[in-house]
Formats: sequence, structure tokens, C-alpha cells
Amino acid sequence: MKSVILDISRSLNGKLNSLLIKLLIFTAMVMFSYLPPAVAEDDIPDYFVPPPPFSEDIFPCSECHADIVPDETRRELDFHEDIVLKHAEEQRWCLDCHNPNDRDKLRSASGQLISFEESYYLCGQCHGTIFRDWKAGVHGKRTGMWNGKKQYRLCVHCHNPHQPRFKPLAPLPPPVRPEDMKYTKSTSGEVPKNPLNSIIKSERKHAK
Amino acid sequence: MPNKSNKDNCARTINRRSFLKGTALGLGSLAVPFGTSDASTWEAFFQKHFKEMNESELQSVITRLEEEYAREYDMNFNIKATGPIPGVKFGYGLDVSRCIGCRRCVYACVQENNQSREPQIHWISVLEFEKGEKWVNIFEEATKYYNPHAVPEEGHFYMPIQCQQCENPPCVKVCPTKATWQERDGITVVDYNWCIGCRYCMAACPYGARHFNWAKPRIKKKEINTEVHYLGNRPRYKGVVEKCTFCIQRTRENPGRYPACVEICPVGARKFGNLLDPESEIRYCIEHKRVFRLKEDLNTSPKFYYFFAT
Repeated sequence: MKSVILDISRSLNGKLNSLLIKLLIFTAMVMFSYLPPAVAEDDIPDYFVPPPPFSEDIFPCSECHADIVPDETRRELDFHEDIVLKHAEEQRWCLDCHNPNDRDKLRSASGQLISFEESYYLCGQCHGTIFRDWKAGVHGKRTGMWNGKKQYRLCVHCHNPHQPRFKPLAPLPPPVRPEDMKYTKSTSGEVPKNPLNSIIKSERKHAK
Repeated sequence: MPNKSNKDNCARTINRRSFLKGTALGLGSLAVPFGTSDASTWEAFFQKHFKEMNESELQSVITRLEEEYAREYDMNFNIKATGPIPGVKFGYGLDVSRCIGCRRCVYACVQENNQSREPQIHWISVLEFEKGEKWVNIFEEATKYYNPHAVPEEGHFYMPIQCQQCENPPCVKVCPTKATWQERDGITVVDYNWCIGCRYCMAACPYGARHFNWAKPRIKKKEINTEVHYLGNRPRYKGVVEKCTFCIQRTRENPGRYPACVEICPVGARKFGNLLDPESEIRYCIEHKRVFRLKEDLNTSPKFYYFFAT
């Protein structure tokens, strides 16, 4: 008998406790207007995505922004002058994507906080069809194994988020026209280099 | 009387049959490389057709080739002869709406597949079209020699063309020596030791995808790729035909890398995968995008799909 009463009181206690905890969480959420972070969608393949391509010494943003009061007005910036917004700039300003309170995060239109490592959730809220194609491996560059581990890239690896249009590239040299081909003896003359190698080298230098 | 004098004039009598026999033997012996005492020349001369060789015969051919290449290029080659993966049929997708015509694919292919730098051979040709021109089957107004400072050029679009890996390849039909054939994974290959250089296949190919080694291929030693496949990127001889093999030396592995042109493309316009796998990227393209194949009216049934992602 005693044990039954004990059990009931325990379970009542448990229920009360869980209710209390829920209440606490709810009030906390209301107070800090906290929303759960973006839940990883199941259809994002578990492939390796390299870290975001930050400019040198720019991250974490909070290093400077922790002491700056967020200013949402559209204005000439005194810092980040290198950033020119050409991405639906008439409808958008910095804090529509960057989270005002914790600048190390991005923020979707619904208020979800998104890390820079998962910035595709931010881009995907407007570019839904592209996001779908990207997840399927059809939009964007894939490298690695066709039947194994594939390397994905973030949207920002190819598109500057502030000016997403793909930048024109210098083409590699055109093929030699048949009329310009000359017969050379196989032992004479310099063999031309593959022009790709110099480009890869300069890109590597640029990346460093 | 005149008969007798005729017989006297001849030093030896010879009848028609033995004359023909002798001529045939004599001419036949001319084809045998007597001048060279090299054993490997003899082995090459009596090499069997690739598909008729058993594993040990193939291995000895590969060892012989590795020795030949080592002597000729002063480098150690690793020649593979990996067979097709069961349940795989390769397909390729190219997004015409994304290609910017930068030709990175052309030279990545040259690098990976040991194409001759001089005389120049490119397996990929990137065509530039003016917007509004007739185009899909008509290439007369296109150019592959465009050379602006930056691409894409205003008012133009680009379409790279390489071997379309036809399901019904006309090049294979015309080969008189069966030196080119279609493998089970759908790749059409050439055995450079079997090709006699008649170039019938080049005439038969409606895509201009086959190329002929008019001279001995020349490559800078530093740029030679020594990881090669017997049916793919191993160094070619003068007088043989070559073509794209979907990077057989990379893709026929498990796991296998993407072809070099897919890997280099800066805009991600090139897609590659297994047509028999419903989850593959290429199947997604075919099922969800607007797709066309080149010169479909010729019934070659290419496994190279051009598509528009936007």
C-alpha cells in the first residue's frame, strides 16, 4: 500500500516537474524570442562541405560587433567598404540576412539562426528550386567520386553573396586552326606547355 | 620449232601456281619485322585481339607495354586494364544554360589523357553560337576559335562537343579490324595496338569526336600522366585514332573519380553518373530537366545529354 502511494506521489511530482520545465522554457522563449535553430533537413546529403570562404581575419564578426549597437538603416558604411550589394539591393539590407544580435550567425526571414557553415539554408529560402537541384547534385560543382564520397560546395564558394552573378573568366587559348598546323620533326622544336597549368598555379597563389 | 626455242631461252621453267605461291610468301615475309631482333616487336606482332586475350596473356602484354614505354619515355607507367563494373552504364549531362565557354575542360582533358600537344589534339571542342542562330543540328555558323578577353561574350552561348558514347555507334560498325568496340558499361574504346589508322571511324562519326595522330604525339615530359588504362589514356602511336573514353582510367574504379572535365568545370555544368542507378545525378537531370541529345535523327542514341537547368 505504502509503495503504491509513493508511486502515485512520485508520478505526480514527475508530471509537475515536467510541466514546470515546459513553462520555464516557454517563458524563456517568449522573453528572448528564441526560436529553435534550423533543423537539419534529412535530404541534405551527408557530404563534405568545405568551410566558408571568409576574407582574411574577418571572422568571428563578434570580435568587433559585440560592442556596436545594430543600426538597421540603409547608409554608406564606414567599414566593409569593399562590399557592394548587388543582390536585390532595393529590397534588402545587411541585417535582412546577418543576425543583428549575434553577428556570428545568419538569420532567415522566419528568424531562425543559421551558421555560416550551413548558409545554404539562408540562400534556399528564396532560391528554392536551385536549392533542390543543389541537394540532388545537379546545381553547382561536385568533385570526388561519382560512386562514393562527393565534395559539395557552399553557394558562396562560387557566388559572392553580395554580388552573386558569376564573374566572367578569361578563356584558355583556342585550338590551332588546321591551316596553321605545321609539320615538325618529332625531335625538333619546343613542345608547347598545357596552358591550364599556369592558370591552376595562379589560382592556387590567389587562394593563399 | 618455235616452241622449242622458247623453252631453251628460259633458264628455269616455272608454272603459274608456284609463281603465285612464291610471290605471296615473299610479300608476306616483307610484313614480318625481320630487321629488328627485339623480342617485344615479335610479341607485339603476334598479339591477340584484346577481347580474345585471357588474363595472363593480357598481363604479359601490359608488362611488355610498360617496358616499352619506360624505354621510350624514361618514366614508369602504371597501365591498368580494369574491366567494366557490373550494373553500370555511364551517362553524361551538360548544362547548356550554365556553360560559359572558358575551355578549362578542353585542357584538363588534354592533361589527364595525354593528348599530343604538337601536333595538337583536343578531344573536346567548345562551340560558340550567336543567340538567335540556328544551332542544334547546324554547326556551320558556330566557331570554336573564339578568343575574347573574357567569356561568356555578350549575346553568345556555348556548347562543348566530345564523344557522345552512342548506344548505336556508327564508328564501331565501320572498323575493318574490330579495333574499336563498345564495352558493357557503354564506353566505346580503341585498342591502339590493333588500329591500322584507316580513319573510316572518323568519317562515320557524325560528331567529329575521333582524332588522328598524324605524327608521333609530343608531350612535355613533366606533363605526362603515368596513371593510364590500356583502352584509354596510355601514350598513342603515330597513325592511330583516339577519342574520349569518359576517363576510363578514373571512372572504372570503385569508388571512381569523376572525369577530369567534370572536376575542372568552374560553373558545375558537367554531370556524370550511372544511368542504371535511379538515384544518380544524371538520372535526376534526365527526369527533371529539359534534355536533348545531338543529332538524334541519326539513331545513334548518344549517352551524352545536353540539358537546361534554368
